[in-house]
Amino acid sequence: METKFYTMLIYSENFAGILNQITAVFTRRQVNIESLNVCASSTPGVHKYTITCNCTEEMAKMLTKQIEKKIDVLQAHYFTDDELFILEACLIKVSTPLVLENPDVSRIVRLHGGRIVEVNPTYSIVEKKGMTKDILDLFSELNQLGVVLQFVRSGRIAVTKSTEERLDKYLEEMERMRK
Amino acid sequence: MKQKITGAEALMRSLEAEGVDVIFGYPGGAIMPTYDALYDHRKTLNHILVRHEQGAAHAAQGYARVSGRVGVVLATSGPGAMNTITGIADAMIDSTPMVVVCGQVGAAMLGTDAFQEVDVIGVTQPITKWAYQIRRAEDVAWAVSRAFYIARSGRPGPVVLDFARNAQTGLVDYEPAKVDFIRSYRPVPVPSDETIQQAADLINQSERPLVLVGQGVELGDAREELRLFLERGGMPAGCTLLGLSALPTDHPLNMGMLGMHGNLGPNVMTNRCDLLIAVGMRFDDRVTGNLDTYARQAKVIHFDIDPSEINKNVTVDVAVVGDCKQTLARVTALMQERRHDAWVEGFAPYRKQETEKVIEPAIHPQEGPLLMGEVVRRVSEATEHRAVLVTDVGQNQMFGCRYFQFSEGRSVVTSGGCGTMGFGLPAAIGATFGAPDRTVCLFVGDGGLQMTIQELGTIMEQGAPVKIILLNNNFLGNVRQWQYLFFNKRYSFTPMLNPDYEGIAKSYGIPSRTVTEREDLDDAIREMLVTPGAFLLQCAVKEEDNVLPMTPPGANVDEMMLEIEN
Ligand SMILES: Cc1ncc(C[n+]2csc(CCOP(=O)(O)OP(=O)(O)O)c2C)c(N)n1
Ligand SMILES: [Mg+2]
Repeated sequence: METKFYTMLIYSENFAGILNQITAVFTRRQVNIESLNVCASSTPGVHKYTITCNCTEEMAKMLTKQIEKKIDVLQAHYFTDDELFILEACLIKVSTPLVLENPDVSRIVRLHGGRIVEVNPTYSIVEKKGMTKDILDLFSELNQLGVVLQFVRSGRIAVTKSTEERLDKYLEEMERMRK
Repeated sequence: MKQKITGAEALMRSLEAEGVDVIFGYPGGAIMPTYDALYDHRKTLNHILVRHEQGAAHAAQGYARVSGRVGVVLATSGPGAMNTITGIADAMIDSTPMVVVCGQVGAAMLGTDAFQEVDVIGVTQPITKWAYQIRRAEDVAWAVSRAFYIARSGRPGPVVLDFARNAQTGLVDYEPAKVDFIRSYRPVPVPSDETIQQAADLINQSERPLVLVGQGVELGDAREELRLFLERGGMPAGCTLLGLSALPTDHPLNMGMLGMHGNLGPNVMTNRCDLLIAVGMRFDDRVTGNLDTYARQAKVIHFDIDPSEINKNVTVDVAVVGDCKQTLARVTALMQERRHDAWVEGFAPYRKQETEKVIEPAIHPQEGPLLMGEVVRRVSEATEHRAVLVTDVGQNQMFGCRYFQFSEGRSVVTSGGCGTMGFGLPAAIGATFGAPDRTVCLFVGDGGLQMTIQELGTIMEQGAPVKIILLNNNFLGNVRQWQYLFFNKRYSFTPMLNPDYEGIAKSYGIPSRTVTEREDLDDAIREMLVTPGAFLLQCAVKEEDNVLPMTPPGANVDEMMLEIEN
């Protein structure tokens, strides 16, 4: 069956141990997590998880259902890239002396829409936001020039393009059921 | 001014507020403050001292399965908690409501490898509905109420409360708590009228419907709703292992047991029906066999309370996600009164074939050694099919479930999803507390009995009236059968040297009798049943008997072997 790249947006109560429970569902179903971001959401007391993985749609459905089954998970949904606004970022630490020797470096950085955010005699820092592929392209070109000291890429973060706020709706619906 | 009480005392009051009347447990260092508090609550909270914490967990399961109430376990930290793990996992897969409270080192020492510290939450999170560490006395009332609510609501399951020592001794202004709402948890989804209509339409259009009855019917207390549903639609049904007593065995629409060692009719007809209606069951691989060929010709309706069961193993046409007590009634109201006489009669030749080839030889053998099947059927008859059946795991379990018959609900206590040897004896003890007015019959093998044999001590102390029927074949019989069939009869470590079981029973003050001859069986069963309290009936059964029919692992559901060629 066809596998695709999915982004899961998951909301939970802010209790200890939930991240463990969520990742354990992936491990049990033998799906690798490609990236993971956790942070407080716009709703007080609610945490948001952005998780990406490659799997079939059936599996994505199963995973989100099994995650949502965890008592303190509020919602879990999966999305394809066209349903989301997505952001990833990277930091590339490069050697300043080598950069000064090679004029290609700053040209490549500018071409890829990167930003140099720090320069000192020993190293410089390049920052780039974008999609995974753009980030990896910039990195690999710089790396080929042999100037890279460190590279780090963030997990994906994403918000839905939909005009409907499913979490708010869910919370409102549940509050109505509270006795 | 309110008087402050300890967290341990708060636990006692919270348990009482939940209506707990029995606790299965075993004390130890990290839970001592709680045991001290329990000493003053002995009248309301009947604590049953087991002989091993695994026994406590299985006893709580047995209690819960027959009573529908939450089983409660109390254990110490570290090794005590770890000994309950098998029972917790078993309760999880078999949807049994249970709350396990175990001691933990004080919060200040957490994570320091303190004496008898184990990361119980880390270990139990994957095998519980909820696992929570109580680190402050203030949290006791809330955590206990939440634990019981989670354990018993929706699809039931086990909850672990890891009770730090400082939270047991700390003082708190106790306020009873009542959790009956968790905003991230929707225990009972309610399907739309449209879904109900779709299900009814499929049923009304069907010519050859087959209903698969699972434990969900018992858990949802929906036996009556199921009966009306079947009778209105004139629909034949098969029951899963855990669903066996959800429908009386002698109901004319009950076609028997599903699964690897189930009855021929419902298994074969699964691949002939035009509509498969699963109620409160999860399409376990022991029921479906090869999924690629399973009921491919049929439309499928799945009634279940757990959305994550839908489309997990079998893709369905209509999912009715909700409490089957309500959903069955709602669908039934939209159903035409139907009969499917020809279709129902189509099961008869399979029943006849199985009866001649397998059942009769198993329950009415004319010669040769005693057979498990005849012992089981004779006990069922002697108890007028009204007893609670508890089994261990192995051939004893399969013969027990095949040949015991049921007239009342909540009458099967067996380890289904986990297949836990050693489950039987403690579960039977628990069942005597959960259903004190019923006869509890345990069928257990010589292997499984020895896995939790120490619980004979609990029986002795409590006078728990368990009728223990030991089906002794001097083998780990079920594994031997597989070795016979699939490993060239190489009996690798399945023959077993047995102790003198009657001698053991005697040491525990349990009356016993051994039967080797067929003509003594009825009298021995009579003696067992008229003897007050516990009894051990050892039956020296055929050593190398095989459970039939059998769907070999991975074979198609309708490919059952009725006999084994040599
Ligand atoms: C705890 C545990 N260990 C091992 C097994 C594997 N197993 C399944 S059935 C069986 C044999 C059981 O032998 P016995 O209790 O004598 O029952 P019999 O099949 O002979 O009736 C074994 C070893 C198991 N199910 N559970
Ligand atoms: Mg045996």
